[in-house]
Amino acid sequence: MLALAFVALTLAALAGWKSGDVLPDLSAQGLEGKLPEDMKGKVLLVDFWASWCQPCAESFPVLEELHKKYAAEGLVIVAVSADEKKADMEKFLKKRPVTFCVVRDAAQKLVGQADVNTMPTSFLIDRAGKVRFLHDGFHGAETKKKYVAEIETLLKEKP
Amino acid sequence: MKLSLYSLVGALALVCTTGCVNVKPWQRGTLSDYTMRADRDPLGLAQKQHIWFSREEANGGGGVGGGGCGCN
Repeated sequence: MLALAFVALTLAALAGWKSGDVLPDLSAQGLEGKLPEDMKGKVLLVDFWASWCQPCAESFPVLEELHKKYAAEGLVIVAVSADEKKADMEKFLKKRPVTFCVVRDAAQKLVGQADVNTMPTSFLIDRAGKVRFLHDGFHGAETKKKYVAEIETLLKEKP
Repeated sequence: MKLSLYSLVGALALVCTTGCVNVKPWQRGTLSDYTMRADRDPLGLAQKQHIWFSREEANGGGGVGGGGCGCN
């Protein structure tokens, strides 16, 4: 029994996206909404969020700022909503309009695959399509500082 | 005899575990809904607190804030 529980816990710990993993093809995940066409060779920030999550609301202005600052250099932000109701997501976005890409994982398939520990969770993907950095939650200026350093590191790398 | 007792306890434990569900972080929309908040009705809360204060010896400690999304 204990051994079974141990195996289950180990498997659970191994699940989800980790640094070094190749990002699955986002266009094959049945996401609602339009994904950016030119994601290949770009630095990608995939952010899992939900309308009911307060730290997610706090993270949006920061993501918008990052998008405006680094989009021209090759950063693409894809915010994946895990909202069960589309109306909740739309209400949230009406209050906090953003210019980066927002899609909805209606079936919660991708977020389940990523197996995030908390909301929000974001993954920074390098130009080769590999997960390089992971952010559990959003902690204001501290997270923003990390984002900037990591994004600048990844943008400097050659495709 | 001992073995069958162990098997019985094991089987019972397995049956009990089927009742446990892990709510994943992205499934907490309902838990964090406004209607799940204990303080959603200020008048009702004040009345309840008055009743507790008047009738219960163990009173207080109900001031923990926060929603149920378990974020961050």
